[in-house]
Amino acid sequence: MSGKSPPPGAGEGPEPIARLRGVGLRYGRTVALDAVDLDIPAGTMTGLIGPDGVGKSSLLALVSGARALQTGTLSVLGGDMASIRHRHEVCPRIAYMPQGLGKNLYATLSVFENIDFFARLFGHDREERLRRIDELTEATGLKPFLDRPAGKLSGGMKQKLGLCCALIHDPDLLILDEPTTGVDPLSRRQFWALIDDIRRGRPGMTVVVATAYMEEAERFDWLVALDAGAVLATGTPEGIRERTGTKTLEAAFIALLPEEKRAAHSPVVMPPRPEGAGDAIAIEARGLTRRFGDFTAVNDVSLSITRGEIFGFLGSNGCGKTTTMKMLTGLLPPSEGEAWLFGHPVEADDMATRRRVGYMSQAFSLYTELTVRQNLDLHARLFRVPAAETPARVAEMLERFDLAEFADALPDSLPLGHRQRLSLAVAMVHKPEMLILDEPTSGVDPVARDGFWRILGELSRRDGVTIFVSTHFMNEAERCDRISLMHAGTVLVTDTPEAIVERRNARDLEAAFIAYLEEASGEEPAAGEVPAVPLQETAGATAAAQRRFDLRRLASYARRERLELRRDPVRLMLAVLGSVILMFVMGYGITLDVEDLTFAVLDRDDTTLSRDYALNISGSRYFIEKPPLASHADLDRRMRAGEIALAVEIPPNFARDVARGKSVEVAVWIDGAMPQRAETVKGYVEGMHGTWLLAKAREMGRGAAAEPAITINTRYRYNPDVESLVAMVPAVIPILLLMIPAMLTALSVVREKELGSITNFYVTPTTRLEFLLGKQLPYVALGFGSFLLLAFFAVTVFGVPVKGSFLALAAGALLYIGAATALGLLVSAFMKSQIAAIFGTAVITMIPAVQFSGMINPVSSLSGAGRVIGEVFPASHFILIARGTFSKALGFADLAQPFLFLILTVPVLLALAAAALTKQER
Amino acid sequence: MRFANVLHLGIKELRSLARDPIMLVLIVYAFSFSVYTAATAMKETLHRAPIAIVDEDNSPLAARIAGAFYPPDFLPPEMIKPQELDRRMDIGLDTFALDIPPDFQRDLLAGKKPTIMLSVDATRMTQAFTGNAVIQNIVTGEVNAFLKRYRDVPDTTVNLVTRARFNPTLDNERFLGVMHVIDNVTLLAIILTGAALIREREHGTIEHLLVMPVTPLEIMTSKVWAMGLVVLVACYFAILVIVQGILRVPVEGSMPLFLLGTALHLFATTSLGIFLGTVARSMPQFGLLMLLILLPLQMLSGSTTPRESMPEFVQMIMMGAPNTHFVIIAQAVLFRGADGSVIWPQLLALAAIGTALFLFALARFRKAIVTMA
Repeated sequence: MSGKSPPPGAGEGPEPIARLRGVGLRYGRTVALDAVDLDIPAGTMTGLIGPDGVGKSSLLALVSGARALQTGTLSVLGGDMASIRHRHEVCPRIAYMPQGLGKNLYATLSVFENIDFFARLFGHDREERLRRIDELTEATGLKPFLDRPAGKLSGGMKQKLGLCCALIHDPDLLILDEPTTGVDPLSRRQFWALIDDIRRGRPGMTVVVATAYMEEAERFDWLVALDAGAVLATGTPEGIRERTGTKTLEAAFIALLPEEKRAAHSPVVMPPRPEGAGDAIAIEARGLTRRFGDFTAVNDVSLSITRGEIFGFLGSNGCGKTTTMKMLTGLLPPSEGEAWLFGHPVEADDMATRRRVGYMSQAFSLYTELTVRQNLDLHARLFRVPAAETPARVAEMLERFDLAEFADALPDSLPLGHRQRLSLAVAMVHKPEMLILDEPTSGVDPVARDGFWRILGELSRRDGVTIFVSTHFMNEAERCDRISLMHAGTVLVTDTPEAIVERRNARDLEAAFIAYLEEASGEEPAAGEVPAVPLQETAGATAAAQRRFDLRRLASYARRERLELRRDPVRLMLAVLGSVILMFVMGYGITLDVEDLTFAVLDRDDTTLSRDYALNISGSRYFIEKPPLASHADLDRRMRAGEIALAVEIPPNFARDVARGKSVEVAVWIDGAMPQRAETVKGYVEGMHGTWLLAKAREMGRGAAAEPAITINTRYRYNPDVESLVAMVPAVIPILLLMIPAMLTALSVVREKELGSITNFYVTPTTRLEFLLGKQLPYVALGFGSFLLLAFFAVTVFGVPVKGSFLALAAGALLYIGAATALGLLVSAFMKSQIAAIFGTAVITMIPAVQFSGMINPVSSLSGAGRVIGEVFPASHFILIARGTFSKALGFADLAQPFLFLILTVPVLLALAAAALTKQER
Repeated sequence: MRFANVLHLGIKELRSLARDPIMLVLIVYAFSFSVYTAATAMKETLHRAPIAIVDEDNSPLAARIAGAFYPPDFLPPEMIKPQELDRRMDIGLDTFALDIPPDFQRDLLAGKKPTIMLSVDATRMTQAFTGNAVIQNIVTGEVNAFLKRYRDVPDTTVNLVTRARFNPTLDNERFLGVMHVIDNVTLLAIILTGAALIREREHGTIEHLLVMPVTPLEIMTSKVWAMGLVVLVACYFAILVIVQGILRVPVEGSMPLFLLGTALHLFATTSLGIFLGTVARSMPQFGLLMLLILLPLQMLSGSTTPRESMPEFVQMIMMGAPNTHFVIIAQAVLFRGADGSVIWPQLLALAAIGTALFLFALARFRKAIVTMA
């Protein structure tokens, strides 16, 4: 059946809850959805099935309104999702749980805080919130864990928490994107039981689910099979199976695939192990235990795997499979217990054993910057395949794993299935006797997965390679010679799959596994006993949800940001200590004082007068005298070595010539390596020379003639001693108050983009301004705290008093931090990754602040673009306020102009940031 | 340690870098445009300084003085009333204000030695300091020239002849250009190695390396040599092409000696990069950490302002930082043409600091690897 014709569900039932017509979506050049026509029936549980990367998530994101529509029309809950107005109206009726365990949750926030955050967004009052949280956590069994951070929950619990957060506002449409991927079978079953209960409590609710587990899809009312961005088939599970004439949905799915994809596929038949193959032990583990802090990841695991065996390790995410494998490979030293590979104890630095093992990790860890061939080549060399054999070996691997045509491609450009084969090829390049594979097939489509298992079978049966593989697919586990079921760090049972099923008298392996899990966790057999969730509509909340600007939603964001920040040590340290550290560094580093300069004299006269001249210099506080110079060569050598910054040469017969009134020349050499310093030295020396001349003239009674005709009386205002600190500290404060708050605010938004929790902003009634202000407020408070700290250090440690109005300074600082954080928000709209946000903000704030804001040269001295930037950049105006209040004893009245400017800047920047922020992912 | 492994892993680092457009742009930018703009940005210390003049004399001499201030050193002077002076300076309109008193010219000719008041906004240090000297010279010059028409002004008998060694015109470009190269060597050494390590961790390739027959020492050494080599070559290019070629700054001393110093410095800073890479759990954390470490390293090393003006304890602490020694080496060799006999203590210090950092980072790397993988 083609995806083009309208699905059968369309005409029969009520109005579909979502109607897609010609919906297409591309990311750059990749097509995610290709002109999809689809009606999703209301009031049912609809499942989207298909492997990773076929467009399931894109479709759900579009329906939920999280992603912006590109082509085609999409109507959800009776309105056009392209209309902002409609989205704002219906978003309180939609709940969306994105893919990835706990992706829209906040890892550092507790269970209660997470649910509470969502409840506040939907405008429930305190009493209502507590009631709902109580009910939901009761129903999901999360109640005992209210105070546990979301990041420390198991996969199953995370998904339940996600469900609580999604259900807090009584949605009519619940969208779940792969809610059970990576969750153990028992939790999976509990999760579905919970969904059934909820549906019983709210019969009108439509549930749309995406899943990669075909066996799960059996329970759905209606299915949509997707492949390569197009709909393969729709219908009830029975209907689809009947139509394809297959027994399982997995087989049905493969049958539905287009001819060219199916061609490579044939069912996997694992041949029996050759007779007498397996007595020699390849892996042996006894009492392996690993603790991280007070958490026991792996508890007393013992195993024994014979040569040539395929040994499966079955369990959910976080149950300790990976940790056990790492201990067996020597990646991780066990806390207790021992392991042997081929009879040798596993040790971290045992290079000989490592060469006999191939390892393939969950993430297909390949060098994405190296081509397929280069990856193979590098691994061959590192595993010390003899250089002469390497090219042949690489060619053999390319051939065997069917990668020859991609030899010079980069791994990222390959489909997932190919990358998986490459990963295996890399692990096999040195012909190891044993392969350790950590979830090698997650995310790969069924055809590629079966192909992969055929290769494993061949390796084991033909080449006698021992294979130790972990998986969470039951049908893969069934292909292993023996399996271990693992849960919460312990091995529940180890045996052949058939024996395990038999022992439990179970229908299949999954049922057997669940039986073992129930026994282990001591829970009652069914999770279905939870009471149906009675949730009532509240009129007040919906009214609040419709409001365009709601202080409560703003406060909810601000509150959450504050909590998160408090629990992130690195960001908090930067926020609190960063500015203080940098203030000290800049205060001492950008010093313009020049003192303690070294000098030496080459005195060729050696008379009282010449010594008097030298004394004139060494007496000043700027200079320190070094031993006298012997010759020009000595002068040259010591200046080259940087030992003296200044050399003074007094000519022979100096005293005599001066007495005779003959013109004499005193020569000075200045080390010009640092021009700025040399300028200052020159200034000092000329000044001292003049003073000396005048003093001598007076002594000789020729004062009148030598006296200058006028006196220029220089008054250094505001900073009479011309001290660097007095000048720099008030200018450094504005720079620090700009860079760090702007960076932290930008990070706070971009972090959400990178981690995925920005989805919550997309799909809740939160408006752009609420989101931005909510993000900004905590950083304004933090910035103001850091201002007080900086001002305190300026006065106490640096001794730069606030001569003018402190109130004016503080008010200016508050406005300025408002502008700085708003600038950060504006920057964040254009940044996708946190690292870009850090360097982007640093560049955007530091350069104009240091060069164009009057810190060193006043803005009026600038010209061109620098002048324009300087005039509008907030730092220029706050530098005026800071210098005015610190050094010039000014108050509000004198600084009206910069104040006015800052007052205007904040709303303008915020408006720009709001305009640049999108309410949907694009 | 097997050198073949170190070699192959290092080549892998180079290949990875070659395919990372952002890092490549950063390297090229840091050693070309960035050096050029930094060197040419602040040419003169006094540039378009704002000055106001209160002329209470209204004499030809006063007009002559006012006419002596013009761009590019000064903005055209603002002629203001006496009561405006304070206010204008308060709100930062003027850096200098020259007050020529009533009867100035008459008093001068009468030999009464009149006084001109020069107010300087000393919160603007750079302009204030050099500007004051320049203004004094201009005013005295004008007054003397004016007087010469009326009477003899004696020349002084003891003259001061100042010569600047190594940079006769005290050209700021020379200093800024080279120092910017120095700062960027540190910056890139840390970023490249730290980012290379974190990228491996984020892509999961580090655990892959660790199950192979390679040791942490080999992994770390390969990153140190590969990234160090890249920066060394880039630095040599910057000195040769940008500094010597385009900026026309003469280099006094021996280039191989400078490169030896650079190599030792890179040994220390790439190790530091590895260390930061093990401390930070992600790229963003690495970025934040780097800001807090790099700024102090650069600003207090003596590459922006002279070390001797810093407080004693800062100088002491900074003796432990590789930058300090590298800056001393660079200034001594490139500006003053010093040879090995002069800078050997710094070379020794760099080697010691580098070894300490390397061993420390290695110990940390070995420990961190367990949690990384």
